[in-house]
Amino acid sequence: MPKSLTPRLAALRDEIHGYAKEFGLDFFDTIFEMVSYDEMNMVAAYGGFPTRYPHWRWGMEYEQLAKGYEYGLSKIYELVINNDPCYAYLMESNPEVDQKLVMAHVYGHCDFFKNNFSFRHTNRRMIDDMANHATRVRRWVDKIGVEKVEDFIDRTLSLENLIDQHSPHIRRNPDPRRAEEEVKANERVEGFKVGREYMRGFINPSEFLDSQRKRVEDEKQRAKKFPERPQRDVLLFLLEHAPLEPWESDILAILRDEAYYFAPQGQTKIMNEGWASYWHSTIMTRRALKDDEIIDYADHHSGTMGTRPGAINPYKLGIELWRDIEDRWNKGKFGKEWDECDDLRARRNWDKKLGAGREKIFEVRKHYNDITFIDTFLTAEFAQEQKLFVYGFNDKRNSWEILDREFRKVKSKLLQGLTNFGQPIIEVVDGNHENRGELLLAHKHDGQDLKGDYARETLRNLQSLWRRPVCIVTRYDNKGVLLRFDGTNHTEKKVEL
Amino acid sequence: MTLKIHQDHSRFKQIVRGKIKANLRKYVQKGEMLGKKGKDAISIPIPFIDIPRFKYGHKEQGGVGQGDGEVGQQLGPGAVEPGEGHQAGQGEGDHALEVDVTLDELAQILGEELQLPNIERRQNEKIVTQKIRYTGINTTGPESLRHFKRTYKQALRRQIAAGTYDPNRPIIVPMREDRRYRSYKLQNLPETNAVIIYMMDVSGSMGDEQKEIVRIESFWLDTWLRHQYKGLESRYIIHDAVAREVDRDTFFHTRESGGTMISSAYKLCRDIILADYPKSAWNIYPFHFSDGDNWSADDTRQCIEMLRNDVLPNVNQFAYGQVESPYGSGQFIKDLREAVGDSPNVALSEIADKDAIYASIKDFLGKGR
Repeated sequence: MPKSLTPRLAALRDEIHGYAKEFGLDFFDTIFEMVSYDEMNMVAAYGGFPTRYPHWRWGMEYEQLAKGYEYGLSKIYELVINNDPCYAYLMESNPEVDQKLVMAHVYGHCDFFKNNFSFRHTNRRMIDDMANHATRVRRWVDKIGVEKVEDFIDRTLSLENLIDQHSPHIRRNPDPRRAEEEVKANERVEGFKVGREYMRGFINPSEFLDSQRKRVEDEKQRAKKFPERPQRDVLLFLLEHAPLEPWESDILAILRDEAYYFAPQGQTKIMNEGWASYWHSTIMTRRALKDDEIIDYADHHSGTMGTRPGAINPYKLGIELWRDIEDRWNKGKFGKEWDECDDLRARRNWDKKLGAGREKIFEVRKHYNDITFIDTFLTAEFAQEQKLFVYGFNDKRNSWEILDREFRKVKSKLLQGLTNFGQPIIEVVDGNHENRGELLLAHKHDGQDLKGDYARETLRNLQSLWRRPVCIVTRYDNKGVLLRFDGTNHTEKKVEL
Repeated sequence: MTLKIHQDHSRFKQIVRGKIKANLRKYVQKGEMLGKKGKDAISIPIPFIDIPRFKYGHKEQGGVGQGDGEVGQQLGPGAVEPGEGHQAGQGEGDHALEVDVTLDELAQILGEELQLPNIERRQNEKIVTQKIRYTGINTTGPESLRHFKRTYKQALRRQIAAGTYDPNRPIIVPMREDRRYRSYKLQNLPETNAVIIYMMDVSGSMGDEQKEIVRIESFWLDTWLRHQYKGLESRYIIHDAVAREVDRDTFFHTRESGGTMISSAYKLCRDIILADYPKSAWNIYPFHFSDGDNWSADDTRQCIEMLRNDVLPNVNQFAYGQVESPYGSGQFIKDLREAVGDSPNVALSEIADKDAIYASIKDFLGKGR
């Protein structure tokens, strides 16, 4: 079971806490707990929450973490939960210098959680809610049976990424134009034109008018789109319109809640890890390190910052970008004059002694997410300095290789990977497709095709929730395709886009 | 202490087990489905344990990396992580998760699926080995067996009682009386030893496909018998017109041409049993694979004689698997069936192709001997 800090570590925590405050970090109360490596793996497998609903995939996660640890391949240093108060876990067996590093790192995260706009709408009592979710799921398990509940969770998880990550920030107003149209549509049915007033009852008998009105009404109903506009939050759409049992909608709501809770962490991975790393490095090297700890610190810090050719290390990219911003705003390397200067030497020696770097990064950590962060601050110089490149798969040689080092391509590939977490954008277009109650999704194709076998399996899971046939329009090899699953068979047909 | 995760973990393992069971026939037929084999575990690709989502094919996606290298330079294997942090298998299991399963567990699954009976012990606990079990704690003992934690606790307890413990300077100095040592007992354990003697015809008529069948089949036989017996040895004999003993690797990769005299192998098998494996101490399993072609009826007669007089009385079970080949006459199994087919400890099986391995394993192991 998690333990509280030893007196010695508590004293270190107070010390680090003091430095963090001194540098202007602003965070919720942070509670540190000590856990064994096994507990650490467990908590990590649960996504940070020890009280999660029962599900086998935590076990799968755990097995991989445990194996990684036992083989000495990987080790989790730090785990922190966005909650008020923040909870953070320290591994018992870590040496003191690591604990200090982790504490400093954790305060960075907590500051980010509290201040970054992406987290503004997250539930700060998630620890309690997670426990409640678990209780609810357990209760359904007792009532309905573990097989059924687990099966439903499996199928729903398959749709877990179909949420609208921006929706917590949107306030939707009724659209005034639509209201107008409705008024217009209301005064239509007048029957045939009548030349002589006394003929009216014969030319337009009231039964006829009534039936006409009804027909128009029906048609209007049919024409009324459902949903009115394409909806990104597929889970919400299912929650509101799928014929679910009470227990099913309860579990669906739980999973949707949790997906929304975790979404901002995915949206700010690079910023957040970079920010925390920036602060552990600043606090440790400027304040907390003792002479005899430097080697160990440097070893572990560089371990975290290590890069592999085929992946972006968010810690590394993040910390470098934060430092670059700080440096640029310290020296005034921004604005019109800077942008227009093409004298290389002048650029290299540019220093207006502004000293606004620290202030700038505090501002940036508030108002940006990974996409806007990279889009705004990743410069050509930076990309070159960090040796960024685009890689791709070469079918002929059957291997991955470096494709390009051109700045524009690197940046757009990086942004593409971050857009919607690098996942396809999929919307509900029609909940009454072909007027047969079928569900139609559309994939907004951006040059990359969906993984076919996964798409079919996902449709199968979606169908089991929607009950009626489900379809998705997407593109393969630049041709429109409609994939459909009717409950027993998968079909595919070409469509014009 | 049990962690909450263990429930989810065992559920996960249960699911994996179920998947293996459901696909067992496939795994048995396709040897290559079984991936890396360790000392007592094997990694098996499990298809579709991953939760399907709408997502991009990874190969189309590519990405951004960091580091040195010219444009066009390869990134090297393992540089790009496939999917979302899961290991990927090969080929058909592009999205398969590789799971480690202990051979013991695999044997259990095999047993359940094929409804194999446990083997009746022939040599009931006659042979005994002694084993050291650390069962207790003592105040004396060699330093190499010092129980650090107990010693520490003892010292801590004493220091607290004596009032010399300072939480702010938690230094513990154990004294002679604080020391604790592990103590052991000798236990008598029944030893169950078994030996498998594999014999294979490597004459020209046994092709690669036939050998592949033998290889796959022997893996499963090994797995099952190892599950049944603690100490399992394997010996390998290849023969064409003459027989010789070889190591495992040579066994599966040798190809000779020329004729076949099965009696040569049986003779060598008999000699090995007589020399190294006394009946009183060993459970003995000869397995012979060939395409059923023998040099002469005379040689076959010799074989049967040797089986009757020297081999069968000494072994738990003698098994003969006849792998169908385009060249073999397939006569040998008929002769065996006629001559010794009624003996309780003879198992005969015809293996037409890879699909038949599954049934043939049951033929071999279904007798529970």
